[in-house]
Amino acid sequence: MFKTFPKGGIHPPENKLTASKPIVTLPLPGTVTIPVSQHIGAPATPTVAKGDTVKTGQVIATAKGFVSANIHSPVSGKVSKVEAVADTTGYKQMAVVIDVEGDEWADGIDRSPALVKEISMTREQIIERCKECGLVGLGGATFPTYIKMTVPEGKKCDMIIINGVECEPYLTSDHRLMVEKGNEVLTGVTIIMKALGVAKAIIGIEGNKPDAIEYLSGLSKDYTGITVQPLKVKYPQGGEKQLIKSCTGREVPSGGLPLDVGVVVQNVGTALAVYEAVQKNKPLIERVVTITGKSVINPGNFLVRIGTPVSVLIEAAGGMPDDTGKVVNGGPMMGKALAITGVPVTKGTSGIVIFPAAESQREEILPCIRCGKCSSVCAMGLEPWLLAAVSEKAMFEKAEGEKITDCMECGACSYTCPAKRPLLDYIRLGKATVIRMARERVMK
Amino acid sequence: MNNLLNVSPSPHQHSSETTRKLMYGVVFALLPALAASVYYFGTGAIIVTLTSVVSCVAVEYLIQKFVLKVKPSVSDGSAVVTGLLLAFNVPSNLPLFIIVIGAVISIGVAKMTFGGLGNNPFNPALVGRVFLLISFPVKMTSWPVPTGFKTGYADAVTGATPLGILSEGVKNGETVSALMEKIPSHLQMFYGHMGGSMGEVAAGALILGGIYMIWKKIITWHIPVTVLLTVAVFTGILWQADPSKFADPVFHLLTGGVMLGAIFMATDYVTSPMTPKGMIIYAIGIGVITVLIRTWGAYPEGVSFAILIMNAFVPLLNMYIKPARFGKEVKHG
Amino acid sequence: MSSTVLLTIIMLSLLGLTAAVILYVVAQKFMVIEDPRIDQVAEVLPGANCGGCGYTGCRAFAEILVKSETFEGLNCPVGGAETMSKAAQILDRQPVAVEPKVAVLRCNGTPENCTRTSVYDGAMNCRVAHSLYGGTTACQFGCLGCGDCVVACQFNAMYMDPVTQLPVIIDEKCVACGACVKACPRTLIELRKRNRKDRKIYVSCQNKDKGGPARKACNVACIGCGKCVKVCPYDAITMADNLAFIDSFKCKLCRKCVTECPTGAILELNFPVKEEKPLQPSVAEVIE
Repeated sequence: MFKTFPKGGIHPPENKLTASKPIVTLPLPGTVTIPVSQHIGAPATPTVAKGDTVKTGQVIATAKGFVSANIHSPVSGKVSKVEAVADTTGYKQMAVVIDVEGDEWADGIDRSPALVKEISMTREQIIERCKECGLVGLGGATFPTYIKMTVPEGKKCDMIIINGVECEPYLTSDHRLMVEKGNEVLTGVTIIMKALGVAKAIIGIEGNKPDAIEYLSGLSKDYTGITVQPLKVKYPQGGEKQLIKSCTGREVPSGGLPLDVGVVVQNVGTALAVYEAVQKNKPLIERVVTITGKSVINPGNFLVRIGTPVSVLIEAAGGMPDDTGKVVNGGPMMGKALAITGVPVTKGTSGIVIFPAAESQREEILPCIRCGKCSSVCAMGLEPWLLAAVSEKAMFEKAEGEKITDCMECGACSYTCPAKRPLLDYIRLGKATVIRMARERVMK
Repeated sequence: MNNLLNVSPSPHQHSSETTRKLMYGVVFALLPALAASVYYFGTGAIIVTLTSVVSCVAVEYLIQKFVLKVKPSVSDGSAVVTGLLLAFNVPSNLPLFIIVIGAVISIGVAKMTFGGLGNNPFNPALVGRVFLLISFPVKMTSWPVPTGFKTGYADAVTGATPLGILSEGVKNGETVSALMEKIPSHLQMFYGHMGGSMGEVAAGALILGGIYMIWKKIITWHIPVTVLLTVAVFTGILWQADPSKFADPVFHLLTGGVMLGAIFMATDYVTSPMTPKGMIIYAIGIGVITVLIRTWGAYPEGVSFAILIMNAFVPLLNMYIKPARFGKEVKHG
Repeated sequence: MSSTVLLTIIMLSLLGLTAAVILYVVAQKFMVIEDPRIDQVAEVLPGANCGGCGYTGCRAFAEILVKSETFEGLNCPVGGAETMSKAAQILDRQPVAVEPKVAVLRCNGTPENCTRTSVYDGAMNCRVAHSLYGGTTACQFGCLGCGDCVVACQFNAMYMDPVTQLPVIIDEKCVACGACVKACPRTLIELRKRNRKDRKIYVSCQNKDKGGPARKACNVACIGCGKCVKVCPYDAITMADNLAFIDSFKCKLCRKCVTECPTGAILELNFPVKEEKPLQPSVAEVIE
């Protein structure tokens, strides 16, 4: 039975152009740029300097503080610089730039493709291994995985939900992982279950991936405690609060975390990364990235090393189409538009979508006609017309009172607005200001 | 690639629905009712409708271009909708200069003085209609009877509407059953074979338009269904109490402007609440006030006034009735 | 007169009288005793409630003025010295001389000087654009051109120039209230000392990158070479984070720094044209 979440949601065109394209491993690029901040939390501290030789899988930056992650070199070669380089936002961030030479791997990493199902590590060892290997959430949020695998004092966890939803249009990297690496993914899920000490895991998959649902449902019979839950195709089903609601009926409280309702959510790609880290001692150095778009000649799902410039990916897909207007890092609903394509693939890059110029411009903004459609599609039960209006007028106390911080920035409101008003632009501004004001209040 | 990349915040895709498409969707939904009114009232219907639409668009264009000195926005279709709805509220033989005055009031006073589209608290077409009713009471209450589509504009024959017959008759002490002899049958009224304003007669055509709008997600079912249900229930209670003084609910639903009001006027985006709960309360209010005015008020028809009165409550409804939030409040430890 | 009319007149008169008595009693009972000088001072203030004085409106400022011992640190930039001396007269205090200021935009990133590298299509709001990305050029410190400052100005002293894509400040109308300074998310607008004939000398740049990247992004960027610091006879120029800063209160408008600057980042405005300019060293030499 297909479940769904009761409130709000939209149905953008799916455009899963690359759903049936198998994962292709790209050859190594000439240079890689590895930002030291590819995760939520403090940027990592570089441990290499200009001129150092590094091997694939070697640590090049260490986690700083509790909420942080290690960074490993995805290639072997020589470090050409450790300095501030423009990232996807155009602002400069510290990064390690390496000139690639060959592909010599660090010792201790198992590169064989054989499936290893036996889990020999203890809970603590699993969590420690995830921390060492620099694992972060690969769904896009990039939260350090080892922290999610530890249940803090006073909270309980009785279930894991694996996010195989991939509700964003165009993106298919999770889909291909489920179809091609099903056993590895399910072993990874079992490892996560062991780390958290739970007996039940639900894998949520949207109905537009029937092959994945069928395949994993069949495979899950060989594993204990894992079930596959098909879900109705509706954006934003992949948001963790909506996913938990659909699969279990539990509602995460406002301002709370999934652990408040006894659940931990992990992305399918993260589950695979956990398998590779725990069973093969392989750190997070590569990931599957979908490159797609209506005018792209050879759209596909490519396995690339972290730090590969996006321009290399675009070349592999047949080059930048002539009518390109916009290049988006991520999906069309929540991704970030790039100003230049020289930026690198990071741990959180799930896909690159290229839009033709005809689809790249926003339409003329008209006055709000108070139709209320934005409010009816908001999955968090907010009123975007009100939040955007008060944010634009800098009435931030009122915005806070109207729970602007509950907004998950999914973009459904801006998508729906018939007057083409930039609702999410102002809500984001208001949300950032309210969070900063709240932090300053706490510090006083 | 020569061109610069376009950078904007997410989302990078938008639905193809626009304000203009919504407005013209409403116009399309009104076409069956327009066809019915032409069928029953003749050329007068066409002339009045055309004058109303052209005047409304012209007033908006002139005010925006020469008074406010902003880019005219008449292409968004909202003035066309107001023009159509204003026309549907008046008799088909109304002198043209009165229609133009109505357009000036509807667009100029009820819409532009508040800041244009999206800012008016009261339904512009209804404000225009009520203004005309009070300023030209005789011309605005001489309702033509259906004389067929070959009737010329000036050849309309006026007569009493079913509601008019009922209210006059009850005041004179006649029983409802006796009055029903003089009034067309329910089925005839459903098709629109009765006297009245152009838009209100053909209940069937209006319902067709309503279903189209709900299917195309232009409006939701909450307001039309609740208004009609409230009117039916309230009049049903009165009818059960004393069938000789009160007409049955079906009569009340099919006569007067209730159908037009419930489906097209009360559902106007700008002047109706934005949450489903708010919409239901608003619709109940309209239903109750309509029946109150019809039964005990001085006017035979009360929908216009009921909607305008409830329009005044809409900001309050928007402020206090919030949609159900996701997630209950969590205690900050 | 008929009895109805008489009765009506009496009733209404009684009603009016009762209302008047109630209003009078309430006004007396709830009257707030205030220093009458606050009203007097508020009279002479401009009444724009712009917040330029740092307080929430003219009435609040009047209260502060009445309460404080001296006028030290208190100034109404809109009314200026004239208003402050009037207030001083009422309160029998000494007015403190404050240098008049004017707002200045420290960016010269026109499309000619600073090549555009992308097109911005989001909401026309500088704060939104600033939080989204570095901007439509390779300089992540420069003006975004969405006009938050123009909207913030309550004195109609600013407008956006469509050719240069930068805001223009009208010196005659600017009262240095500081609203535009607060509005700019990149602190590109600064309140500087107002000189005679509105003459200005300032570093029209906020780029804190090293010389190479700064110059690559914009032709007229400050590359942090320090030549201006060396040549200034009045020690008015300081260097921090690869960026020069001219203190407008120390600057004597001698224009030596303008000639020295290899990129033209230092602007001189409203001066008579100099007859002859000495040769400028090439920028490449300077970056080395």
